[in-house]
Amino acid sequence: MVPLAYYLGLSTILFCLGVLGFLIKRNIITIFICIELMLNAVNLSFVAFSAYLKNLNAQVFVFFVMVVAAAEAAVGLAIIIAVFRTRETLNVDRVNLLKL
Amino acid sequence: MNSSEPNLYLWLIPLLPLIGAAVNGLFGRRFPKKIVATVGLVFVAAAFALSAWASVQLLHMPLDRIPYIEEHLPWITAGGFQVDFSFYLDQLSMVMILVVTGVGFLIHVYSVGYMEHEGGYYRFFAYLNLFMFFMLMLVLASSYLLMFVGWEGVGLASYLLIGFFFLKDSAANAGKKAFIVNRIGDFGFLIAMFLMFQKFGSLNFSDVFKGASSLPVESAGAGILTAIALLLLLGATGKSAQIPLYVWLPDAMEGPTPVSALIHAATMVTAGVYMVARSNVIFNRAPIALTVVAVIGCVTALFAATIGMAQTDIKRVLAYSTISQLGYMFLACGVAAYSAAIFHLMTHAFFKALLFLCAGSVIHALGGEQDMRNMGGLRQKIPITFWTMTFGTFAIAGFPPLAGFFSKDEILFQTWDSPYGSKILWAIGLVTAGITSFYMFRLWFMTFFGERREAEHGTGHDNHGHANDGDHVHESPWIMLVPLAILAFFSFTGGWVNIPKVFGGNNLFDHFLAPVLSAGAATAEHENPGLEMTLALTSVVVASVGFAFAWLFYYKRRDLPGKFAAALNGFYTLVRDKYRVDELYNRLFVQPVIKLSRNFLWQQVDVGTIDAVVNEAANSAQHISNEARRMQSGNIRSYAGWVALGAAVVVAYMIWAGLQ
Amino acid sequence: MLHLILFFIFAAVCIAGAVNLLAQSHPINSALSLIVVMGSLAVLYLLLGAEFVAAIQIIIYAGAVMVLFIFVIMLLNAGIEEHSGKSYVAWFIGIPSVTVLVGLAVYSLVLYQENSDPAIGPEPILGSVQAIAHLLFGKFLLPFEVTSVLILIAIMGAVVLARRGES
Repeated sequence: MVPLAYYLGLSTILFCLGVLGFLIKRNIITIFICIELMLNAVNLSFVAFSAYLKNLNAQVFVFFVMVVAAAEAAVGLAIIIAVFRTRETLNVDRVNLLKL
Repeated sequence: MNSSEPNLYLWLIPLLPLIGAAVNGLFGRRFPKKIVATVGLVFVAAAFALSAWASVQLLHMPLDRIPYIEEHLPWITAGGFQVDFSFYLDQLSMVMILVVTGVGFLIHVYSVGYMEHEGGYYRFFAYLNLFMFFMLMLVLASSYLLMFVGWEGVGLASYLLIGFFFLKDSAANAGKKAFIVNRIGDFGFLIAMFLMFQKFGSLNFSDVFKGASSLPVESAGAGILTAIALLLLLGATGKSAQIPLYVWLPDAMEGPTPVSALIHAATMVTAGVYMVARSNVIFNRAPIALTVVAVIGCVTALFAATIGMAQTDIKRVLAYSTISQLGYMFLACGVAAYSAAIFHLMTHAFFKALLFLCAGSVIHALGGEQDMRNMGGLRQKIPITFWTMTFGTFAIAGFPPLAGFFSKDEILFQTWDSPYGSKILWAIGLVTAGITSFYMFRLWFMTFFGERREAEHGTGHDNHGHANDGDHVHESPWIMLVPLAILAFFSFTGGWVNIPKVFGGNNLFDHFLAPVLSAGAATAEHENPGLEMTLALTSVVVASVGFAFAWLFYYKRRDLPGKFAAALNGFYTLVRDKYRVDELYNRLFVQPVIKLSRNFLWQQVDVGTIDAVVNEAANSAQHISNEARRMQSGNIRSYAGWVALGAAVVVAYMIWAGLQ
Repeated sequence: MLHLILFFIFAAVCIAGAVNLLAQSHPINSALSLIVVMGSLAVLYLLLGAEFVAAIQIIIYAGAVMVLFIFVIMLLNAGIEEHSGKSYVAWFIGIPSVTVLVGLAVYSLVLYQENSDPAIGPEPILGSVQAIAHLLFGKFLLPFEVTSVLILIAIMGAVVLARRGES
């Protein structure tokens, strides 16, 4: 008998750890991994609500979230490769040409 | 307008010169001079013909149909205030349009010859026609506001024409001075119009005069009618060059001589007199204002005449003479003898225009010389000019039977005898008549008699493209001489329309204008022939005394003027320097305004405040954006930080809102 | 009871994996930690009765996406993270904001939890493949087809972006 609040609490903690990682880490690939962590946390809360409200729409939504996450990961990694080819670095602090 | 009333097509009279001005102004640059001249003359001639025809029609109208008001389009309709484009023809405006178009046409003809060698030929005729348009609007208007349009417009045309030789600094400055001084008078006119609207609810002549005639005479003190009258007088002093706003007229002689003849002798400067005469209903009910008018006119007449005695430029003498004669007209208005003023206006237009055109002919003959000290002995060389100028000089001096005698005499008689007149004013007017005669004959003797004195006192002004050598003195072309002859004829006969009973006439002119100008005022009736004869003889004697002195000083014994000037040195230099009024105005008004504009309005208000505000706004925008751009560091992690902050704020708010 | 114990065990594994993800300095270790997190999340999905979602979590997320990540890490020869200057905004604004978020979540979840909320226990499995299929090809057919187009676009984008120049 796990209360809904526990699942949501876990989801929140995972999400905040993802944000923390995004802020702390310097390697672009690690930052991407943190983004995936955030998406997973959200998926967890979707599924928890689906079981709680006895509604399957949320799980279908999880399906779509995963599809989109996969597509985004593919494109994002392609961009990283393209940036790496020109900038020769994976450190986000070095990629600051958009500075005003 | 019902169909039984004839249509006088008054709207065409101002419009025709306007079309001429537009054609010459827009296309004249490409026309040959003959076409420009033809355009300029044809439209003015047409206006004159139409004015003559309309006048004949008016003479046949029954008296209750006059004034003939022709209404056209509505112009301003704002709440209760309505002004239309409508024209007003009665006996007074009939006289004015005939004088304006007739004398104007003659001066146009003269200018064809005079301006032959000047640049900007088309521009001159365009401006001249434009002036005719505005002047005709002024005299034909049926409301004060439309008259004001013409009033301002003639000021504009005067500025354009005075500064016609705009490359010359003195001409440009004279034009500016004329315009600015006129504006001061226009301010008074405007305030008077505001008061009129407030009191009578309208600016049309019919409404205002009907309203004013229902008000009592303000003999006790100053009331609204006195205020309106005094403000109208301020406007009139600006336009008609009386004290204190006369200072522009002598400088206006920088313009070409036909301009001086038309604008500054015959027509524009008489606009003030016309306006006072038109407003006689108001003035008659404000005795204080009438006294002020008479005093100003009288003092100006004497003042200007004394200055004219000591001037050496031929056009300046005539300019001061104009101011002095206008003073006579104002004196006549001030003693409620409006028809005498209009009569003198008409005869003055004839002989003053004649005198100016003759002066122009002399200047043209001498190749640009304007200083009378360099003239002399021209009697045989330019005979036609000499004889026409003689007519003009005798007319202005007031010798019978020329025109000036009858008009000036009428004014002096009214000053003595009218209930609003006084003997002191008559005495001053008489002395001025003597001085007028003196300086006019001085001019006559210095210019035409004796030996030619060449170029002792500097060379002349606008060199007419002729060589400036003495043997080249030649008579003007016939196109300049015909207008002189016509004007000389009118100077001789023009006074005969108003011969008083004592000389066998019937005061035709006075009776003609009586329905317009005598409503409600008690002027002196010509019931005292003995008095009139005495006064007339006195003025002829005084004029002869002036002639005698001029003959003595400038013909018989040429050394006397020098000795007199040396003896009265201080007074002489004061008079020659025009009593230093210009310098006084400069110190009192012009310099403080310049200092105020430069030090306060420019430095502090414009540069210090307005510019500073704008610059500071730009600077602070720059500072703020400099601070704000630090957010765009290009660093992904700081962007993430800001996003996290935003998310925290939103979530906190939602939780807080949910708890409410 | 067993339900609760299982939940706590696998929740602990999740959090440990996430913390390890942050603590490691080499990206490959972070990627492997994420796989651990995803696996324990799949178990949690099973506990919640979502069979289908658990299956695709393992197959697609852990099996395909993370493999892609690892391939890229290998391709780019990513090394240990360097130490470059820290970002003031991230440290002084970001971290407090995260703390605030966590605090708010704990506050709202723990203190305002209603005891009458029905707990989620072992129940008939809700998220069976049949049920999901009914929804996917019934009500959500259009989004389903659109996602296939989305994937196609992603493929094309990835190919174009990662291509080596015109040579």
